[in-house]
Amino acid sequence: MTAEYTAGSRLEKIFKSGQKAVTGECGPPRGCDVEHFKHKASFLKGNVDAVNVTDNQTAVVRFCSMAAAKILLEMGLEPVMQMVTRDMNRIALQSNVLGASALGIKNLLCLTGDHQSFGDHPQAKNVHDMDSVMLLHTVKTMRDEGKMVSGTEVQGRPKMFLGAAANPFADPAEFRVIRMGKKINAGAQFIQTQCIYNMERFRKFMEMANDMGLTEKCYIMAGITPLKSVGMANYMKKFVPGLDVPDSYITRLKGVPKENVAAEGIKIAVEQIQECLAMKGISGIHLMAIEWEDHVPEIVKAAGLLPRPKVD
Amino acid sequence: MVIGESKPLAEILEMIKDFKKVVVAGCKGCVTVCNAGGEKEVAILASELRIARKAAGNELETLEYTCERQCDPEYIEPLDDLVKDAEAVVSIACSVGPQYVTARYPFVPVFPGLNTISIGGATEHGVWKEFCQACGSCIIGEFGGLCPITRCAKQLLNGPCGGSSEGICEVGKGSIPCIWQLIYDRLKNLGQLHKMQEVKLYKNWSTSRDGGLRTTIREELKQ
Ligand code: SF4
Ligand code: SF4
Repeated sequence: MTAEYTAGSRLEKIFKSGQKAVTGECGPPRGCDVEHFKHKASFLKGNVDAVNVTDNQTAVVRFCSMAAAKILLEMGLEPVMQMVTRDMNRIALQSNVLGASALGIKNLLCLTGDHQSFGDHPQAKNVHDMDSVMLLHTVKTMRDEGKMVSGTEVQGRPKMFLGAAANPFADPAEFRVIRMGKKINAGAQFIQTQCIYNMERFRKFMEMANDMGLTEKCYIMAGITPLKSVGMANYMKKFVPGLDVPDSYITRLKGVPKENVAAEGIKIAVEQIQECLAMKGISGIHLMAIEWEDHVPEIVKAAGLLPRPKVD
Repeated sequence: MVIGESKPLAEILEMIKDFKKVVVAGCKGCVTVCNAGGEKEVAILASELRIARKAAGNELETLEYTCERQCDPEYIEPLDDLVKDAEAVVSIACSVGPQYVTARYPFVPVFPGLNTISIGGATEHGVWKEFCQACGSCIIGEFGGLCPITRCAKQLLNGPCGGSSEGICEVGKGSIPCIWQLIYDRLKNLGQLHKMQEVKLYKNWSTSRDGGLRTTIREELKQ
């Protein structure tokens, strides 16, 4: 039986085959050091199904996600191009979607983006012509109905497999699943969650998602970021909005000799991956090993997720 | 109302450094209410300018006047007598005022002595907050009467974002309530939480400043 694909990306095919997908992440550098970017990405090859390239994440200027996505394609990796609505209006966003599709990019993650006050250009003007939900709707409409926001006909529809983010740990807690549902209604076919540390809260989130039938409409990937050090764990807990790292993990990291902290962090990540994969409604793992790409093979292997499936 | 805030004295001194005699012009409208540009502030600013210039050995003469409203040609007219003897005007009305003054005196330099901050109101004594960005097509009726365009840092129409934590916005270092939490609470009070589930689509920004300079015409009032 041939499944119907909207974009036919490897990611979409793996989901539709019923297998668990694994995505990684590779942030473009703050300059045009292509070799550094390729080096980081090389660790992901064969170990994940697709790689997210961030779009000026935390509002810090980096080389653009479309160029990064194209470089990944050339390396034989499948990109998930991230796109934020902070910096571009509907004209530029739609233009970039068309351009990305023309370059062969098939997965698009639609985000609003971090506020520029967190980044390296806090004096910048922001755009916010649209938000992430609207961007999903825009690309879905371009793809499925061949129409732009204005109603203008699209000549050559962008075949994109559409993703969005969800943060199960923000407030109001009871609304987080409903908001994810809005994104799904607007066009999201897969969701990558914010890094999960509070497994209890995530479990509740997934129960609600199952109850609302969302896991039947959309592939949900659990976001995992291995804790590299006690310092990183404390930082995440204190400074990253909406992220709660339970003390039990911090205690575990503190409880091992210094040279074993990284290994313990990986162990925790592997346990989390397995726990998440066992939850009903989880279709995959989004592994965000930030500036730790070289450890991805080890983590994916330890989690029993190798080899990655082949699709044609 | 329009909320304003005095510019730092040094900035005003720099703007008028080449002049010996200036008019300091206030306004009895909004900026009087928010204690930034009324009669009292005109007197204070004029004396601060004189003192600073005296200390610098470059004395300044000031003429003071506070218009009924500076956004009305009729009420600017009384400035004529002062302006004819002066080299420049410092207006501490909202930034509409100095532009009306500029229009009236084509050959006299005019400087803003105040920063126009927002369309807002006082929330407690000495604290003013922004409530509207004049998008030109008010949609707060869809959001429990609260404005996400102005009060959400990301102007989300489908909030709250993942940075909303315990009612506080991720932007503003803990000082700003997340308007989307307030919209949520409000819709809950009104028994309209279902509205939070609606996907809100594109805003038409052509009525905002994005559509070009806005002119409001009321035909029945035109002469
Ligand atoms: S919706 Fe527009 S007009 Fe209404 S309060 Fe907000 S910015 Fe002002
Ligand atoms: S925390 Fe709330 S007010 Fe702040 S940007 Fe997010 S949704 Fe908007």
